[in-house]
Amino acid sequence: MKILQEAQFRNAQYNTRRHFLKSCISGLGALTLQSFTSGIPGLSGGNRPGDPQLPHFAPRAKRVIYLHMAGAPSQLELFDYKPELHKLDGQYCPPSLLEGKQFAFIKGLPQMLGPQAQFRRYGQSGAWVSDYLPEFAKVVDEVCFLKAVQTDEFNHAPAQFLMHTGSPRTGRPSMGSWVTYGLGSANENLPGFVVLVSRGGPSAGKRLWSSGFLPTVHQGVQCREKGDPILNLNNPSGVDRKLRRQSIDVINQLNELEYQESGDPEILTRISQYELAFRMQASVPDVMFIDDEPDYIKELYGVTPGQVSFANNCLLARRLVEKGVRFVQLYDRGWDTHGAGPGNGVGNGLRNSCRYVDQAMSALIIDLKQRGLLDDTLVIWGGEFGRTPMMEARTGKGFLGRDHHNEAFTMWMTGGGVKRGFTHGETDEIGFFGVKGKVHVHDLQATILHQLGVDHERLTYRFQGRDYRLTDVHGRVVQEILA
Amino acid sequence: MSRSTDRSTKPSFLKPTPPYQYLSWICSFLVLITACQSDPSDAISFNRDIRPILNEKCMRCHGGVRAMGGFSLLFATTALGDTESGKPAIIPGDHRNSELYRRIISQDTTLRMPLDAAPLSEEEISLISRWIDEGAKWEKHWAYIPPDPNIQVPEAVLPDWPQNEIDHFVSRRMAEKELAPNPEADRVDLMRRLYLDLTGLPPTSEQAETFISNQRPDAYAQLVDELLASPHFGERWASMWLDLARYADTKGYEKDSNRSIWKYRDWVINAFNQDLSFDQFTIEQLAGDLLDNPTQDQLIATAFHRNSIANDEGGTDDEMFRVASVIERVGTTYEVWQSTTMACVQCHSHPYDPFLHEEFFTSMAFFNNSEDRDIYNEQPKLFTYSPENIEKVKAITEWIETRLKPEHQTATTPFLHDKKEQLLYTLGHRVVEAEEFTKSSPLIELIKPDQDMLWQIQDSSWIYFRDVDLTGIERIGLRAASALEFAGTISIHLDDLNGPKIGEVKVTKTGDWPGWSYKRPTNPKVMAEFITPITPTEGRHRLYLRFGMGDTYIQHLFYLDQIVYYQAEPALDQYSADFRAKLQELHTIPADMTPIIRELPPDRSRATRIYKRGNWLTPADTVQSGIPGIFAEQSDEAPRDRLAFSQWLTSPENPLTARVIVNRIWEQIFGRGLVPTMEEFGSQGELPSHPELLDWLAIRLQNDHAWSLKKLIRDIVLSATYRQSSITPPDKLEKDPDNRWLARSLRTRLTAEQIRDQILALSGLLDRKIGGPSIVIPELDIGVGDIPHWVMTHDGDTYRRTLYTFWKRTDPFPDMITFDSPDRALCSSQRIRTNTPLQALNLLNDEIYFAAAGKLARRIADQFETPKEQINEVYRQMLFRPISPEQLNLLLGLYEQSYAHFESAPEERDTMVPENQYRTEEKNRIAALTMVTNALFNLDELIVKS
Repeated sequence: MKILQEAQFRNAQYNTRRHFLKSCISGLGALTLQSFTSGIPGLSGGNRPGDPQLPHFAPRAKRVIYLHMAGAPSQLELFDYKPELHKLDGQYCPPSLLEGKQFAFIKGLPQMLGPQAQFRRYGQSGAWVSDYLPEFAKVVDEVCFLKAVQTDEFNHAPAQFLMHTGSPRTGRPSMGSWVTYGLGSANENLPGFVVLVSRGGPSAGKRLWSSGFLPTVHQGVQCREKGDPILNLNNPSGVDRKLRRQSIDVINQLNELEYQESGDPEILTRISQYELAFRMQASVPDVMFIDDEPDYIKELYGVTPGQVSFANNCLLARRLVEKGVRFVQLYDRGWDTHGAGPGNGVGNGLRNSCRYVDQAMSALIIDLKQRGLLDDTLVIWGGEFGRTPMMEARTGKGFLGRDHHNEAFTMWMTGGGVKRGFTHGETDEIGFFGVKGKVHVHDLQATILHQLGVDHERLTYRFQGRDYRLTDVHGRVVQEILA
Repeated sequence: MSRSTDRSTKPSFLKPTPPYQYLSWICSFLVLITACQSDPSDAISFNRDIRPILNEKCMRCHGGVRAMGGFSLLFATTALGDTESGKPAIIPGDHRNSELYRRIISQDTTLRMPLDAAPLSEEEISLISRWIDEGAKWEKHWAYIPPDPNIQVPEAVLPDWPQNEIDHFVSRRMAEKELAPNPEADRVDLMRRLYLDLTGLPPTSEQAETFISNQRPDAYAQLVDELLASPHFGERWASMWLDLARYADTKGYEKDSNRSIWKYRDWVINAFNQDLSFDQFTIEQLAGDLLDNPTQDQLIATAFHRNSIANDEGGTDDEMFRVASVIERVGTTYEVWQSTTMACVQCHSHPYDPFLHEEFFTSMAFFNNSEDRDIYNEQPKLFTYSPENIEKVKAITEWIETRLKPEHQTATTPFLHDKKEQLLYTLGHRVVEAEEFTKSSPLIELIKPDQDMLWQIQDSSWIYFRDVDLTGIERIGLRAASALEFAGTISIHLDDLNGPKIGEVKVTKTGDWPGWSYKRPTNPKVMAEFITPITPTEGRHRLYLRFGMGDTYIQHLFYLDQIVYYQAEPALDQYSADFRAKLQELHTIPADMTPIIRELPPDRSRATRIYKRGNWLTPADTVQSGIPGIFAEQSDEAPRDRLAFSQWLTSPENPLTARVIVNRIWEQIFGRGLVPTMEEFGSQGELPSHPELLDWLAIRLQNDHAWSLKKLIRDIVLSATYRQSSITPPDKLEKDPDNRWLARSLRTRLTAEQIRDQILALSGLLDRKIGGPSIVIPELDIGVGDIPHWVMTHDGDTYRRTLYTFWKRTDPFPDMITFDSPDRALCSSQRIRTNTPLQALNLLNDEIYFAAAGKLARRIADQFETPKEQINEVYRQMLFRPISPEQLNLLLGLYEQSYAHFESAPEERDTMVPENQYRTEEKNRIAALTMVTNALFNLDELIVKS
């Protein structure tokens, strides 16, 4: 492609001249350039697309798969075993615990609720896992548990925003956007930040993967459940790939004529974007087509061909990171176990949700490991907060459920330079407060960036007169869990 | 318009300029160059020489966030005053004895400032010491000094070039930068640019034809005036304002329920169309409710601040999100009118600009007494009727009034809905919508998306209504629906949740319908009214409805729709059956509602307190309303209420409002602001490229134009600066890549709205109807989670202008986001323009766009014979000029390839052209021309204004 080569060459020339300090690899691939003629102060002055020093130091992880269980799973039924809570089951909560605390639904004096699952220790690390997660129990030696994660929010949407954008209010860029803004994509044909959802996605909606004030090229691209995997990816009916090639050729040649006349270098960017669009039309369906996986892999994950499922998404996540996608974000919904109705508690309700994800999330770890990808892929699992040791019983009676709890909950990580078979942090006897190794959401974010070779204090963007960053003015890298 | 329409000759009030030619430009230019070179003997300017050093090197530790060692450079007083050591750091006139100087030159790295960083350069040190020696004079940042009302227009450097005063300023800047203007743009391109800038739409073929054939010398100025008067002008400019107002059709956050606030959008469109003066525009939006006898429109204008996001999520603390909204409104107000980042000040004093932490809260006090408080039903609201329903309601109320007994006459009220309410109430027809409660327990929700019924009524939850007059009421009816045999109970209590019970109903099964627990009953037959007698009660009370479970424990017991108060002897019993039927009819005519701002009565007003570090849970001292000190210095009388605050914004004392709106309008037209940092005029923003021009335009807007934005826009588009071509010669690109100095027109990509509107307009699909409820188009139905039932209004609405598309915050219209629109969760001063493959895919493959190509192709194919003629014509209809031979050849090539493809693939062709009326040959031709049209829709030329 002569035009394309010229476009790339001119672009490179132009960027150098404009002192673009870094090749403009960004969210949507190497050829995705920000508009650089439009005179936007953000792009011409203080804001560069990424820090020229990036990565700030040698990365331990090249990519991230983040499994978010939206609604917030109960740590007390899955990982944080509290025999003491068994004994206290049914007793009224000491009022001192409730002082100054806000809950979403608990009113008055609630009763304690003992663990509803059976716990055992597994693996050489002897980690506690409940009978809700039999498959995951087999891979515990691969993971690092964070038992005392803390957040500031106790409502779903604000807590989800805090977890993924560093702020409980809307409007900030998502973690994946920050990462592709800083590091770019390692793939020329695919977006750098891909989002997959199952069972309806998170309640805070699509703004969770918005690029906020960062240029929109950094927004997460949601692979859709129905129709084209990416909106408008497929040609209109009647138009085949050959004809589309021919028409893009003509569009690009016409645009080149326009470039010669007007001298506007933005046109060269546009030409390369049409080329990238054409390549994506082939590469995206390719990577999304899981039927070509061997049977043993499909069985490992428990995929459901032709349907949307968490298992399919886990397998897709592996395929995407294999192709160099930088940040793959999964959301599964159905973890909000208040016990406000049948199938909505920490008994059968939670057990069913666990059954839905157990095999696939464990398979993802096994599969990444057997391909040698686990060493430089960071996998994170968790909800937006945890659940209370008290029974919610919002109206004094009802099913066994727990309210939202932001003081302490469990998350786990694996791969990408974190210790394996390790547990960090500890909660008190009833799992209410963290007593050791507390990790705030901002610390978690700092640590994720750190593993990618990014200093969270130095990845900034100037907006509304101030330098913003993912961790706001907080965040500490959790050195204790680094291998 | 006050002046004559012919502006293509120079305005008469300018001094006649001597007829110098090009040479004189060179001369003036040399003079200027010499004049601008800084003379080392010049006095130091704080703003020019010192402030940038302090901002970059010192204020991180000695600013508004931190004042290490008790030394802060935020204000002159703190900079020159005593520090923790008891001595000042700066001694004016004596740099050697100033601690500041000693520290920056220190050899000891534990003492040297800036700490742990590279030392200041020798030049910087020398500037600082000279500044101290010259008396350490402090200057206000330029943006806080009001523009000089007597600012003079300079003489133009290129005497023949200017069309108006703007060009005088611009040409001088160009000369300083050794640039010369581009020639005027091709007439046809200029016409298209003007149409897009003023109306957001390309001209129709007929409009283009009319202009092209208009040979009058003032044809261009004529067109400007025509377009300023077009009803589409308001639609185009509303888009700018709606980004600032964060207008959307949903509330945001988790539930993201619908919000009926489109009347505010129409108010904005109208205001631009009517050229409502910008001061009035400001006052009505910020304080329309406080005007004397506000009109409905003035109340709707206050919905500006009801666009802030609200949280309906179960278990949220309403007060927390009310406070969050008020804080957001303060930040938004300062961003929109002052381009000042007040939001920085909510946690601590401004790091760089002279705003103290407590000043955020004195500003917040202006906004803290609005009645709204993040409750589900969004009270307070204004109820209005559609034009058709106004007629109906008027007719019925008149009919009723002529038959009313004297004792039932009601007081007159200016608003029709109030009048209806009064009539019904007086006559004893008292029906209250359950969702209009004053407050509820946290469990209660309203059914999505209409929110017209209580849902998730759970055991032991409750609602109450303030101020219910129970005198003479003997029974209360509760309209509910449930599929449970014994769903639950509703007990009615006086004054308190546990107050005396005056009645109770048992809600039993009213019917069964699929998904009853989350799908609202649509069939009125499954609603039933449960009536209880009540203990006779006198006077007005707070009325609690307490809900209890029946025989099933479940999250959702029943729906509750209405509450009916029955009097023993209602006045309506004295009238005929016809009359009562009319009352019932009057009751059922639907009204539109718009959330508005309404000030709390004094007895319920809230005190505003400083929140430590911005956290509402740690309140400190109470504050009174007031503007920041930096502004108060130049105001005679500091405003104390919201109305006075909005008047102060547009008073001559305010240094920013006029400059800020001028800058916004300029950016919309030129693609770049005179101050490029749209949201930040403070010291962290960029300096204006043409400070005198900015000030002159600001003064002209306030004084000569009496805040008319149309007149401002008219000045701008009549200037020679605007009319330049967008050719970008390499040397200009080299010298001025961002077009700071305006020696060409910037090729700017169209906005998301303009791109879509243009395709609809060119294909003939566009429905040009103005205003009305927002449109849901089919493509929106791709969201995550429980999508509300997107109602597809009638088909024609698919092709309304893009600004009418339903704006769902958690799932915005993809076409908009792809082309860089904000998601409208927050105020947004500027859209970044990106260039991405998703944009390419959108233009190439979007179903509606491809259909539009087909539609245009059919129209052209019906009128023109040969492919060559057809392609010529498609191009001409898009860009209004003939195609070049090279372009034609390329497109003919595509035509032939497409033709060959469709000839060999008849099924594919038939999916594109299924109509039986066409012969095979015609189908191939239409399909091929559709491909050509689709390619043309993707041309860079088409999606930019050039």
